[in-house]
Amino acid sequence: MSRMSDRIAEKVRRIKGSGIREFFDIAQRMEGAISLGVGEPDFVTPWSIREACIFSLEKGYTSYTSNWGLLELREALSDKIYKETGVYYEPEGELLLTTGVSEASDLALRAIINPGEEVILHEPSYVSYKPCTAFAGGTPVCVPTSIEDEFKVQAEQIEEKITERTKAIILSYPNNPTGATLGRKELEEIADVVNEHDLLVISDEVYGRLTYEGTHTCFASLNGMKERTILLNGFSKAYAMTGWRLGYAAGNKELLEAMMKIHQYVMMCAPITAQMAAIEALKCDGEVERMVSEYNRRRRVMVDELNNLGLECFEPKGAFYAFPSIHLTGLTSAEFAKRLLFEEKVVVIPGSVFGACGEGFVRCAYAVSQYELKEALKRIERFLERLK
Amino acid sequence: MKEEIKEKQKEEEILRILEENARLSDAEIARMMGIEENEVKGIIAELKRKGIIRGYKAVINREKAGIEIVQALIDVKVSPERNTGYDAIAERISRFPEVRSVRLVSGEYDLSVLVSGKTMHEVAYFVAEKIAPLEQVRNTVTHFLLKTYKENGEIYGEEEKGKRLAVTL
Repeated sequence: MSRMSDRIAEKVRRIKGSGIREFFDIAQRMEGAISLGVGEPDFVTPWSIREACIFSLEKGYTSYTSNWGLLELREALSDKIYKETGVYYEPEGELLLTTGVSEASDLALRAIINPGEEVILHEPSYVSYKPCTAFAGGTPVCVPTSIEDEFKVQAEQIEEKITERTKAIILSYPNNPTGATLGRKELEEIADVVNEHDLLVISDEVYGRLTYEGTHTCFASLNGMKERTILLNGFSKAYAMTGWRLGYAAGNKELLEAMMKIHQYVMMCAPITAQMAAIEALKCDGEVERMVSEYNRRRRVMVDELNNLGLECFEPKGAFYAFPSIHLTGLTSAEFAKRLLFEEKVVVIPGSVFGACGEGFVRCAYAVSQYELKEALKRIERFLERLK
Repeated sequence: MKEEIKEKQKEEEILRILEENARLSDAEIARMMGIEENEVKGIIAELKRKGIIRGYKAVINREKAGIEIVQALIDVKVSPERNTGYDAIAERISRFPEVRSVRLVSGEYDLSVLVSGKTMHEVAYFVAEKIAPLEQVRNTVTHFLLKTYKENGEIYGEEEKGKRLAVTL
């Protein structure tokens, strides 16, 4: 019998497992560790949302829904998106509920990519875009962003990477892991490039509601961009509903129809319990605001303190991450994270996980209580003292 | 005008922060808000001077602390007076140290009064001897408190903890 590993599809084999999985396993099990390594809110889902879900279970809502998702939810969502962004999506045909934004981004890529076509994405960024592009048969083309540009991808950087094979651009701002945001003007410059080269955009705006300076601009709201953009968003971050696995895609009818074709065969529908809860979530603006103001307070504390400690940190204006430079320590980001974990029991994520240009930085999530935040920063200070 | 709105927003933010945790230092609050410590000091002093901040007190789960006290909510029906309405009688009731809070409420009764004492007997006597006989008081109903589940926004049961993994990307 041939080796089992030889039987694994080549495009899967080609994706390298993360080299720091071992570090993650240790971090996962370390007793007494404070984790700034978490990519989700520390808040539990607001009670009224949980309560609505419990009620739906009592009433017997346990079946499949329409492949698109519950119409009532799509209608409420359409209103909500219109109110927040000024972009109107028809509840029937332009909005698809998915099992997390993860599924939505996978569907988007698979729906548009032919073998060998290129997708431009900026780094550092969330870890799944690159492999998902490859799984879909496409070629990811990475654009490194830098601290000098506050990790904002520049329109001309994108333009330089465009070839005749370029199909789409993935934008993900507010950004995980850097916390960077793009303003309207910067987005408009990108939109010009998109127009000129007749491209599509997959815009992952799952952190959009967590914007602390200025307001979030939806890429689809820019002139002519609604037709070219597959807008991805979900309930995980803003409503503290990560485990519910509920996201959505919005965009042009034909594109959405294509995504739906895949979705109906591989997922059928997003879980009904999550959808019932989400109907309530859309009424919970007060709770969201309360959480956002609390993240903002922690953000200021973290950024201020990291800078005080000499870990240069540009001001992240969105999401719940700070992305300080660790250059002064002379360590690689993986070494830094490992030693910090073993010596002071604080978990941070090496920036290199999010792309080669993330080397020299670590991701610190401030989605932790004020108490833990203070304690973690104290430990980091002690750690840095010792390194001197 | 814009400055005034900004000032107001800062005041409100400080109040929200203090309401959640009154033990934070001025420096910590300043850092959370991204403003100077002296400014926080100034605003808090002003809030105290204006009588907006009335005090800083711990929320205590007495049952857990083993402190035995008896509390009762008293519904009080009163005849309002010409000129002063409910204020005079409410203030009068408020002055007793046994009375922990007094609120004017809508509905069948007028005042909702929280009374605290060492024993049931003491509380009942206090109501019978000090509240009920007041000239404007027409009627009282006493509800003894049996168990507190939530006080001042704090739930008394087990603290709800998230069950997150230490690492997620």
